[in-house]
Amino acid sequence: MAAQNLQSVPAEPTAEQRQEQADREGQAYFDRIMAEDSRIEPKDWMPAAYRKTLLRQISQHAHSEIIGMQPEANWITRAPSLKRKAILMAKVQDEAGHGLYLYSAAETLGHTRDEMMDALIAGKARYSSIFNYPALTWADMGAIGWLVDGAAICNQVPLCRASYGPYGRAMVRICKEESFHQRQGFEILLELSNGTPEQKQMAQDAVNRWYAPSLMMFGPPDDDSPNSKQSMAWNIKRFSNDELRSRFVGMMVEQVKVLGLTLPDSQIRYNEDTKKWEHGPLDWNEFQEVLAGRGPCNAQRLERRREAHDDGAWVREAAAAYAAKQSARMQKENAA
Amino acid sequence: MSEANASATRITPGNALRPEDIALEVRTGLAKPSEDIAEYALRLGDDALILAQRLGHWISRAPELEEDIALGNIALDQLGHARSFLTYAGGAMSNEDGTAKTEDDLAYFRREHEFRSVQLFEQPNGDFAVTIARQFIVSYYQFELYRRLTESTDPTLAAIAAKAVKEVDYHRDHSAQWVLRLAGGTEESRTRMIHALRLMWPYVEELFRDDDLVMRLAEAGAAVVPSSLRGDFDRLTGEVLREAELEVPDVPPAPGGGRQGRHSEHLGYILAEMQVLAREHPGATW
Repeated sequence: MAAQNLQSVPAEPTAEQRQEQADREGQAYFDRIMAEDSRIEPKDWMPAAYRKTLLRQISQHAHSEIIGMQPEANWITRAPSLKRKAILMAKVQDEAGHGLYLYSAAETLGHTRDEMMDALIAGKARYSSIFNYPALTWADMGAIGWLVDGAAICNQVPLCRASYGPYGRAMVRICKEESFHQRQGFEILLELSNGTPEQKQMAQDAVNRWYAPSLMMFGPPDDDSPNSKQSMAWNIKRFSNDELRSRFVGMMVEQVKVLGLTLPDSQIRYNEDTKKWEHGPLDWNEFQEVLAGRGPCNAQRLERRREAHDDGAWVREAAAAYAAKQSARMQKENAA
Repeated sequence: MSEANASATRITPGNALRPEDIALEVRTGLAKPSEDIAEYALRLGDDALILAQRLGHWISRAPELEEDIALGNIALDQLGHARSFLTYAGGAMSNEDGTAKTEDDLAYFRREHEFRSVQLFEQPNGDFAVTIARQFIVSYYQFELYRRLTESTDPTLAAIAAKAVKEVDYHRDHSAQWVLRLAGGTEESRTRMIHALRLMWPYVEELFRDDDLVMRLAEAGAAVVPSSLRGDFDRLTGEVLREAELEVPDVPPAPGGGRQGRHSEHLGYILAEMQVLAREHPGATW
């Protein structure tokens, strides 16, 4: 009897079987969360591809904030009034803060900030191509705020509802600050447009240069955007590239009238049939070139980041050594 | 804000005294600095402005993101103090059309010898240790100065100082923490910190020099006598240096002369960069 009973006890599942079981349950939970459109948190089970996609997207976004500091920092020391200088400093500082939240959000997926920073400096990670264009005049501070931050907001507001909790929450705060930045950019352009003829010309020239690159910030056309479909299924991306681009054009076309400037695109029109704004052709070859590292400032931006990182290495080492000594001292004191 | 609400005493958090408030007071005649007070405000404003310009250069170049933010914050605080002091100083100076000089008239359209900042503030950033050494000296000096200036008989100076002293207290903490870290971190960081202090310390003496102007103003209770700050400065910086196992550098003082418009070679470059755009477009607004 005893022997028979023993035989009827099921064998302990192997580690592999336990993992399979956990994956099945995890996948079911994940699918339910997607269906309910609610949130995945860092300790929840998630598909490896979801984790990888988010890591790539969030770290690229963080890198964009950090590299994006450079074209604007370029004008801090030359800002033409003290008030504008203060606003610009605060803005670039906000961007460093955005980088910090986003690196933190990405860290919850398993990569350290150091690893991500190393990938950026090694040229292995991407950031938004827009920051590879030069900020040549003061009016570029206006055009970057109005067009580039404006496009970023169109992209980012839907991300506040992204299915990954830490990302969505970081985006809420970032979007609040970005909307200030956009208004500041608009105000810079408005002041220039109402200023001297030279100032107005400076503003128009900046809008002319930043218009097309800002439209390309939404990414390639929908029929050429292979990752979009999966990101939409995962409730990370909510609207297609072309949909967001069209909305953005619709906003800008009204705002540019208030500025007393023009957009360098004679083909902008509202399509009554599709109820969408349409724009002229964009130079996607240029986009691919800049993406491939052959834009006007790619090398300069990366070199500047590398330089800051390398020059600061001894400071970070000192801080780490000091912290280690302090904690050893505390342990010794506690033991005594 | 309505003109009736303008008051130099609006210094509660979230309702702080802004340069715009001071400009309004100057325009409406509510605040009217004497020539002496204006010269004194110009000195403190120029110190803060030149330092903000130096620190602003660090943003996007700092050793850590946290330091991009911290140095940017300190730069912003200094810029805010500069704007307030310069706006107030402008109340005693007129443009050709009879209007009071603005913060921007003073920042962008004065020449090198017209700046009244002491030479410490214009010293180059150097490496991070040099920036920290400069900031360490500045923050302890400014804290003692502003702390006493909150009791100035001049209400506008007192109000600017009351806001500034709270902010400079954080700058003091930030720089002291870094002095400790760099001195107690690695051999390299310690060597750099010692070198940085030796580079900056010659400019300490000038901070505490008295002259006729401050003595006249101090008599009336409006200004702080610089030499009276030296004791507390030495004691408090000495405490940090002792904890860091560093010595007060034994270096001769630099000749100085910033308060009389005599500057080091560095100021010209700072102004060239800061003023270039504004001067390309005289009369423009931004």
